[in-house]
Amino acid sequence: MTGADPAIEVDGLVKTFGRTRAVDGVDLRVPGGSVYGVLGPNGAGKTTTIRVLATLIRPDAGSARVFGHDVVGEADTVRGLISLTGQLASVDEDLAGRENLVLIARLLGLSRKRARERADELLEAFGLTEAAGRLAKNYSGGMRRRLDLAASIVVTPELMFLDEPTTGLDPRSRNQVWDIVRSLRTGGSTILLCTQDLDEADQLADRIAVIDRGRVIAEGTPGRLKASVGAGALRVRLIDPDQRPRAAEIVERVLAEPHLDADPASLAVSCDDPDRATEALSALSAAGVQIADFALGQPSLDEVFLALTGRPADEGPADDGEDRAGTAA
Amino acid sequence: MSTESAQSPPPAEGADVVDPTLVAGLSRTERPRRPNPVSASLTFAWRGMLKIRHVPEQLLDVTITPVLFVVMFTYLLGGAVAGSTGEYRDFLVPGVLVMSVLFTTVYSGVALNTDLTKGVVDRFRSLPIARSAPLVGSVLGDTVRYFIAGVVIIVVGLVLGFRPDGGVEGVAAALGLVILFAFGLSWVFMTVGLLLRTPSAVMNAGFMALFPITFLSNVFVEVDTLPPVLKAFVEINPVSILATASRGLMAGDAPTTEILISLAVTAGLTLVFAPLTVRLYRTRG
Ligand SMILES: Nc1ncnc2c1ncn2[C@@H]1O[C@H](COP(=O)(O)OP(=O)(O)OP(=O)(O)O)[C@@H](O)[C@H]1O
Ligand SMILES: [Mg+2]
Repeated sequence: MTGADPAIEVDGLVKTFGRTRAVDGVDLRVPGGSVYGVLGPNGAGKTTTIRVLATLIRPDAGSARVFGHDVVGEADTVRGLISLTGQLASVDEDLAGRENLVLIARLLGLSRKRARERADELLEAFGLTEAAGRLAKNYSGGMRRRLDLAASIVVTPELMFLDEPTTGLDPRSRNQVWDIVRSLRTGGSTILLCTQDLDEADQLADRIAVIDRGRVIAEGTPGRLKASVGAGALRVRLIDPDQRPRAAEIVERVLAEPHLDADPASLAVSCDDPDRATEALSALSAAGVQIADFALGQPSLDEVFLALTGRPADEGPADDGEDRAGTAA
Repeated sequence: MSTESAQSPPPAEGADVVDPTLVAGLSRTERPRRPNPVSASLTFAWRGMLKIRHVPEQLLDVTITPVLFVVMFTYLLGGAVAGSTGEYRDFLVPGVLVMSVLFTTVYSGVALNTDLTKGVVDRFRSLPIARSAPLVGSVLGDTVRYFIAGVVIIVVGLVLGFRPDGGVEGVAAALGLVILFAFGLSWVFMTVGLLLRTPSAVMNAGFMALFPITFLSNVFVEVDTLPPVLKAFVEINPVSILATASRGLMAGDAPTTEILISLAVTAGLTLVFAPLTVRLYRTRG
């Protein structure tokens, strides 16, 4: 894995849709041969960034290069290096699974015979052999996703874009997608992975950029990122929501100020030391706060956001932060 | 061989893939030389034909109405409009051929919009192929559709006793001209398909445009029977001109003026809307 040439260089990228600044000055540097996670909530601008990089839309300002080629000026060269697995499983529903793959293979220049062989190889690998002749519109969500992924690796791309590839997948299919990502990386491909799932980014990515409202708000290795948030979080659910204010007070005294979830019976606090967590739990039970359950684990994306931005992740566009505080009261 | 993958640990360099069949599928496949634009277009045309096979009901939807029109109008109106059933049938079949094929062109726009909303276009646009290939290919595939729609009407006509004087050549020439015109018109609906939001909006817009121009034409009635205001419009309506050409060819004449005007309109539509379609396809985000 040479980190020599960057696979992606993005400088000051801006893309607006009407009054929405979907991407608002993004800078990225993705080392070749790595898995790079882009983490962000709904509407953060992940898909828009990918669409610019995949030459589907033109940026309004800034520049983006893929292996040194400008995505606007040398779009055609860039298309010869990438493959895109979009957020929608972009399969042709009126074709059979196998036909979908043969179509892409032919469009990539494989001979008829090689196209059929490659399609069968991929169908086998993705457990779709039995469904090969069925129309894709009759596939389940997971099967569609797998077909879509298979279509993206008909030829091995130098750079692969994956936009929330495991949303809506069962654990088995999710692991399979993760395996694919790892094995592509082992084969030397670079992968840009957009996700809302910190665990996914943590499992796969060499580096992560956290983006919010069209801007990169943090960047680094998963370890660094988590360290900046606190390596773990203690989540506690109470039997009686009315006891939450009291519980929050105690937790704040023993550990730190907790984050109050939308769920009125639960709270979470950043904590990386199991002993200190135990201390907090004993203090709670000593004070008569009844606990339904608790867990010590990684911070959720929500908590990472809270730590990085000082506010919970949300879907709002960049300019209405103020009125939200007003209406919430 | 143990395949039970414990909750996968963070990626270590190298050996970390679990499923052996998966590894086979992932075996590095080098990128071959990219296909030339013609071959890419033909691949898209092949896709269009597969769709006709897999979703024949789509074609049926647009051909069933014209078929009903031919059958119903011949028997219902034949006596009243043209004096005899047979005479009206001979008048109607070449006209409804035009109607049937032109309605089928709306489908080209619907199909394109479906690709757009399903994200299929994103995949095609991220491939290193000629930008016009998906469009040219689907137009080629759709030509087969127009052919089928036209043949259906002709067969229905033959069943009803239609025996045109132009014979096989005359009918083939009429069908060819109508398909060519449909080719030009399909670019209009592809442009519409790229501008509207949903496939059903494209369908509605297409039919709303085609109904008046086919009914306010000489497809169903002779121009001479119409009031002057209407007559003026119907006479310059390209659909009337095409229908007159189609009638002439089937009857064994060569109505040069009408043929030339039809070809000119076809060329005009193509010259304006084909580049527009390609441009929209390229830039639509
Ligand atoms: N074609 C478009 N027209 C108008 N607005 C758009 C368009 N595409 C995206 N947007 C807006 O740009 C912002 C960023 O959208 P984007 O799809 O990039 O977010 P995302 O991070 O991918 O979100 P998600 O996790 O929900 O997929 C959103 O506010 C969205 O509404
Ligand atoms: Mg998205």
